[in-house]
This record gives sequence, structure tokens and C-alpha cells, in this order.
Amino acid sequence: MNAEKLLIIVPAFNEEAAVGHVVREIREVTPGVPVLVIDDCSTDQTAAVARAAGAKVMSLPHHLGLGGAVQAGYKLAFELGYQYVIRVDGDGQHDPRYITAIFEALRNSGCQMVIGSRFLEGKFDQATLVRALGIRFFRLVLRPILGRPVHDPTSGFVGVNRDALQVFSRSFPLEYPEIEALVVLQRRKFRFLEVPCRMRRRMAGRSTITVFKSLYYIVHVLLGVFVNVLKYERKRRRG
Amino acid sequence: MQALLDFTTGISVVLILMVLVSIRRQHIRVEYSVTWFGAALTLLLLSRSPGAVSKLAGALNISDPPLALVSIAGCLFLLVLFRLSVILSNLKDANIALAQRVAILEYHLSAHEEETARS
Repeated sequence: MNAEKLLIIVPAFNEEAAVGHVVREIREVTPGVPVLVIDDCSTDQTAAVARAAGAKVMSLPHHLGLGGAVQAGYKLAFELGYQYVIRVDGDGQHDPRYITAIFEALRNSGCQMVIGSRFLEGKFDQATLVRALGIRFFRLVLRPILGRPVHDPTSGFVGVNRDALQVFSRSFPLEYPEIEALVVLQRRKFRFLEVPCRMRRRMAGRSTITVFKSLYYIVHVLLGVFVNVLKYERKRRRG
Repeated sequence: MQALLDFTTGISVVLILMVLVSIRRQHIRVEYSVTWFGAALTLLLLSRSPGAVSKLAGALNISDPPLALVSIAGCLFLLVLFRLSVILSNLKDANIALAQRVAILEYHLSAHEEETARS
């Protein structure tokens, strides 16, 4: 892999128990590729652990949430001239062994975004029932908007090239960014590709997703998707 | 009707005084007080003009003038809240952009310091 072209970003918030292992795994799989941990103002030792594991760390001055942290990484990568950026979450759910497949797909397909997909072969065994239902629902919603099926629209294990990087450094959804980001790219006639990958359980800590948060997620994302669709439809009509 | 008008006058006067005191103590910026002033003054004027309230109720096809006054007050406060939501959203966007810029600059700075220390 060309270290001059690829940057791996790891957004992390209070992940001291997992982030060190994640960074070491990434460095084993992709030697020479810089790893940037974006510390979203953690209250634990996330930044120190990541540094000790060999990552560069960018610390946000206050907690921005996942979208804000990822966008900060995209902005820095764009400024530093990187051609490709792959996001790997700091909780250890994304298996770094699939980074190579995502990077190769990014380089060879000409697509602006490559998604590491858990469900490309139709298996939902890694998801809980609620999550599987949610993913099926968003697949149905996104199918006519994107004009093609997407198997794992909520996956955060994604790689982007410089064209997408430019778009995302200007405009990126701040809460629950994955689905809206797909719509943003599609409206700009960018293409995406899915490659199969496996995801693991979080290495430490507990997921904070509750029933109320799931409902909020659905309403929030639906609203974001339709606002994006309407916004670009209006731009398109205006020419 | 008169009791409601007097109550609305009282609320409007209290609101105007609160905004004035807040501006003086720099708890609220002048540009964000304008909508509150507008809403409070409108309510004050309406509450001191029962004829205008009746006319407005007729125009809105509301049979009960006090109900019209309460509805107008509700709409005014909804507008104020909406404007505040817009301001809040803009401030949040600006704040996020600023925080990201600070983080990026700090990153560049520490990278530069590391390079300088090495050389």
C-alpha cells in the first residue's frame, strides 16, 4: 500500500480499552500507512493510549459527536493531500484485515466511496433483530433514491477517495452520518461500491443504543435523507 | 375579556423589563432581543386596544376575541422560538467548524514542533 496516498482515520470517544488494540491491528495489517485517531474530547486516556500504540492523534477541543469527529479527520486529510481515507471505528467492531480489500476497491473501481458491507451475501446473523429490521427499512427507502440496492447502509467501515473527501470536508452530516452521506454522494452523481467484510462485537464498553434512540435515529435519518433529496432536486431543476 | 387584556398587559410589561435588564447586564445580546421586544410590544398594543383585538378576531374568523388574543400570543412566541432555533443551528454549525479548525491547527502545530525538535 502506498503510505503517501492513504490515511486511516479512527474516530474515538472514551475508547481507552479498545483503541490501542485497534491501532496495533491496523498497523500490523497496513505497515507504513499513517493512522490518525480523532479523539472526540474523551474523558479517559484514549488519546494517550492511541499515541502509545503508534497512532497520530488529533484532539477535538470539545465533544462534537461522530459526524463532527469524522469530518475533522476528512478536513485534515484533504488539507494534507491524501488521495484516500478509510475510516475504522475505535471500538474494535471493524476488522482491519478488510482495509486492504476496501483500499484495492477504491483504487481500481473508480468509485468515490467503498463500503465494507456485513450483509452483501444476504446474511443478517451478525445483527440484532431491531437492527436488522432497521437496516431492511433503510434499504427499501434508499433503493429508489440511490437507483440501486445498498446492502449495508449503516456501515461506518468506509473508504473515500479525494473527490468524496473534498465534498465531505465541506459538508458532512453531523449525527448518524452513514446513510445521509450516501445520499449526498449520489446526488452529486458519485458512485459507491460495497465489498464484503465481517464485523466483530465491540471490544469493550457497552453500546448506548436504546429503543428511544433507535426511534430518534430513524426519524432523524429519514428527515436528513429527504432534505438532501429535495435540496439537490431543486439545484438540479435550477441547472 | 378585560381581565385577560390586563393580564396580557402585565405579562408584556414584565417581558419588556426583563429584556431591558438582561441587555443592561449583558445576559442577552441586543440583536437577539429584537424579536422578544417585537413580540412583547405587539402584545402590549393589542392588550390596550380591545377594538383592535375584536377586529382581528373577526378577520381570523374566531368568534371569541380573548381566544384570538391567546392564539396571536401563541403564534408570536412560536415565531420567536423558531427564530431562536435558526440562530442556535447557525451557532452550532459555526462552533463545530471552529472546534474542527482549532483541532487541525493544534495538530499542525504539534507536528511542526516535533519536526523542529528532531532537526
